[in-house]
Amino acid sequence: MTLLEATDLRRHYKVRAGRGPFGAKATLRAVDGVSLKIEAGRTLGLVGESGCGKSTTGKLVLGLIAATAGTVRYAGNDMPPTGSAAWRALRPRMQMVYQDPLGALDRRLPVGVQIMEPLAIHGQASPAERRERAAEVMTAVGLQRHQFDRYPHELSGGQRQRVVLARALMTEPDLLVCDEPISALDVSIQAQVVNLLLDLQDRLGIAYLFISHDLRVVRQVSHEVAVMYLGRIVEQGEAESLFAQPTHPYTRALVSAIPVLGPRRERLLLQGDPPNPVDVPSGCAFHTRCPFAVATCRAEAPVLQPTADGRQVACHRADEPALQVAA
Amino acid sequence: MLLFAASRLLRAALTILFVMTFAFVVLRLSGDPALLIMSVDAPPEAIKAFRQAWGLDQPIWDQYLSYIAHAFTGDFGKSMRDGRPAMDLVMERVPATLAITLPALALKIGLGIPAGIYAALHRNSFADRLTMAVSVAGFTMPSFVLALLLVLVFAVNLGWLPASGADSPSHAILPIITLGAAGAAIMARFTRSAMLEVLGQPYIRAASAKGVEWRRVISHHALPNAAIPTVTIIGFMIGSLVAGAVVVESVFAWPGVGRLLVSAVANRDLAVVQAILMVIAAWMVMANFTVDIAYGWLDPRVRGAAAGH
Amino acid sequence: MGVPLVEIAGLTVDFGNDWRSRAVDGVDLAIAPGEALGVVGESGSGKSVTWLAALGLLPARARVGGSVRLEGQQLVGAPARLLESVRGKRIAMIFQDPSSCLNPVHRIGRQLGEALKLHRGLSGAAGEAETLRLLDQVGIADAKRRLSDYPHQLSGGLNQRVMIAMALAGQPDLLVADEPTTALDATIQAQILALLAGIRRDTGMALVLISHDLGVVAENVSRVAVMYAGRLVEEGLGQDLFDAPRHPYTQGLLAALPTLTGPRRRLAAIPGTVPEPGKAPAGCSFAPRCPLAEPRCMSEPPASRRVGLLHRAACHLQIEPGFSAGALPRAAE
Repeated sequence: MTLLEATDLRRHYKVRAGRGPFGAKATLRAVDGVSLKIEAGRTLGLVGESGCGKSTTGKLVLGLIAATAGTVRYAGNDMPPTGSAAWRALRPRMQMVYQDPLGALDRRLPVGVQIMEPLAIHGQASPAERRERAAEVMTAVGLQRHQFDRYPHELSGGQRQRVVLARALMTEPDLLVCDEPISALDVSIQAQVVNLLLDLQDRLGIAYLFISHDLRVVRQVSHEVAVMYLGRIVEQGEAESLFAQPTHPYTRALVSAIPVLGPRRERLLLQGDPPNPVDVPSGCAFHTRCPFAVATCRAEAPVLQPTADGRQVACHRADEPALQVAA
Repeated sequence: MLLFAASRLLRAALTILFVMTFAFVVLRLSGDPALLIMSVDAPPEAIKAFRQAWGLDQPIWDQYLSYIAHAFTGDFGKSMRDGRPAMDLVMERVPATLAITLPALALKIGLGIPAGIYAALHRNSFADRLTMAVSVAGFTMPSFVLALLLVLVFAVNLGWLPASGADSPSHAILPIITLGAAGAAIMARFTRSAMLEVLGQPYIRAASAKGVEWRRVISHHALPNAAIPTVTIIGFMIGSLVAGAVVVESVFAWPGVGRLLVSAVANRDLAVVQAILMVIAAWMVMANFTVDIAYGWLDPRVRGAAAGH
Repeated sequence: MGVPLVEIAGLTVDFGNDWRSRAVDGVDLAIAPGEALGVVGESGSGKSVTWLAALGLLPARARVGGSVRLEGQQLVGAPARLLESVRGKRIAMIFQDPSSCLNPVHRIGRQLGEALKLHRGLSGAAGEAETLRLLDQVGIADAKRRLSDYPHQLSGGLNQRVMIAMALAGQPDLLVADEPTTALDATIQAQILALLAGIRRDTGMALVLISHDLGVVAENVSRVAVMYAGRLVEEGLGQDLFDAPRHPYTQGLLAALPTLTGPRRRLAAIPGTVPEPGKAPAGCSFAPRCPLAEPRCMSEPPASRRVGLLHRAACHLQIEPGFSAGALPRAAE
């Protein structure tokens, strides 16, 4: 069942490009036509480099920020407008988990109180029931009951991220949008949280939109993966095959850039930095860094198209077998 | 850049207009100048004549519009006390005020900044703690208390310096010290925290790692960055050069703008009070403008912020 | 190994008064001329502090003990003048966040020029020519225009290239790169690491690459040292260490790492957390999280033992190659 479906989402910002208060205005296309589907109980990984719009996409699908254009359907119905009563009533069903657990927590309140907060906000349950539920959720995320009265600074980074997760789970959501949820954690702790997320999905059937720049972690947790570059999805497909045989040149560069422990692989090294999102190149936004770009790429923007193996790829040259050999 | 300057100037003009309007309204609300100046038992005809002579019988809107219209031509009205142009009265007092506030500013900067830098570089040392203790005392003590203390010690007990008046340069010494002490204390604290903030930045460690000797790290890498926040406070101090000496001028009977303000307020000399507020506002606005320019000069991030790199 | 370029022996760093809160606790490490050494560890392992201490870059309240010798010359407790002549000239260092490591109020050209004047006495036209050559060497296009740019006008990747150019200005024998790519995107990380490899090939400069990312280290150095809670727990040639780790912590770290290829398996997380400063156990600091810990592990700190060719581990247990503590079932996770 499709839990959430976003169609052609766009989020544009007006920015000042020239000098001074009367300087020329420009449009920053943070998200520029993203469509995605999240199935109930499954995980969609969203990868890309900083500034590609993956975090903005996460906020757009929850309606935390209003879209410039595009629609979101949640459990078969249109998402109510951001801030409306109907939207607020829907919020307990979908929660957000951010990267920095210390920043997401109030340092002056015991973590237990903060875990109970979502129920208090949505006016659900009596205080005694809230406490009971908090104790259950804390156990589920691997926190101990005596940690209920601790303050955020008394916990380790991994424990704080568990608190943030526990808080998000209080309202029994169907969907968690996790924005870089483990990037601030050490490797040995990352594994604990990754395993926890997978266990929670098994037991509670939660769907995740898992946003991260760490391809290895995304592969570990995701069923489907979408790769973003400058506000658009350039490739989408089943996680293992996408990382095993990336098709879009950007995905290939991204995958080959990840250092590995085993024998060294051939690396597709890109030149330069990603372009400024205020000044997106014409045609395919990636053509300025793409080693395979031809004239068409500079003129025409490719759209996502299904390939033979069920992948979606936005590349004019995706079908050319010679290209696959060149990599 | 021209557009930038133009928009700042427009904003400055609006600020001054706002201050003028505000002062006008507040002063009209605070009592009838005719009654004060003429004394309460003056014959009603005389009071009426006074009101007519100064236009106080007109509707307040007309008074306001004519005041603003005259102000644009440089006419800020006449003093109700001695009939001289109000702006002339104010302007002839400005040099006296600057004669104590400018040296005081030099004292604030010359004493406060080195003390702050020294305290930051010797953090938690005895010297740091002493500097900070003196600085707390400096800016918590009201200026009239410090003024009286200084008078007691240097004028009454030691007899080294005159207690009040403006007859010789030595008369300026106690007012300058009074004004400068509190400002130097604020400056020292501010410089210290700005410096500590900068010393904790990664580029300071990186400069050391590059092999730059510590003295040069301080002078070439830390100070130019610590100067940026310090400019705000210096700008604020420059802004108060004209108006910052009201209390001190009164205590030391120094014939500056501050003392004129006190007597004009007491006498309900509306035109003079308005002229003083106008001058203070214009000066403040100019000081702010200078700070903005200085920011751009010191901090390339501000300079290029709008350029959209 | 021949005569070491840098030899660290019994290095300790204390920030507090309690020996339990030691940031670095008796590290022995040597690096040969031209060698590439990786230092791996999680936060609080002391991997960065070790090298900051070696160069005297820690704040004054840090107390450094033990010895760091550069070609026999003692650096611990050395006079400031000696340290200043070593920094940048013999041993250069680059850091994690390049954009905040460059002075925001000085132009790129000026910051590079400062290093050139300091280490090579170059200024004026000769200085500018060399500045341009350095920027070119680190792969910065239109170098001439970049000279008058400020750091905030450049991307993180370009700023790290500038930092590297600045490090090369002194033609150092050793570059210590402290998480040089952690703040950068994956494709930019690949560029910077390729650049460092190229420079090493051209100049024969030795490299200490400090990173939390085992993959980054594995691909870029020949020898690896693993640190945990201020101590060196294992040290060996890269492939030996990654193929047959002999310390339970290294084994756990490898088992906790998701992979990009091969079948997906459940990650074997190391239970618990790194001991907080001041709460390190008397014995092996990994003992509270170790699946193999015995009573003596809690009370006696293990000495570093030779377990193979150029391979050492600090563990009481004789773990055979091929045996992995990371694969053991966990009591708590």
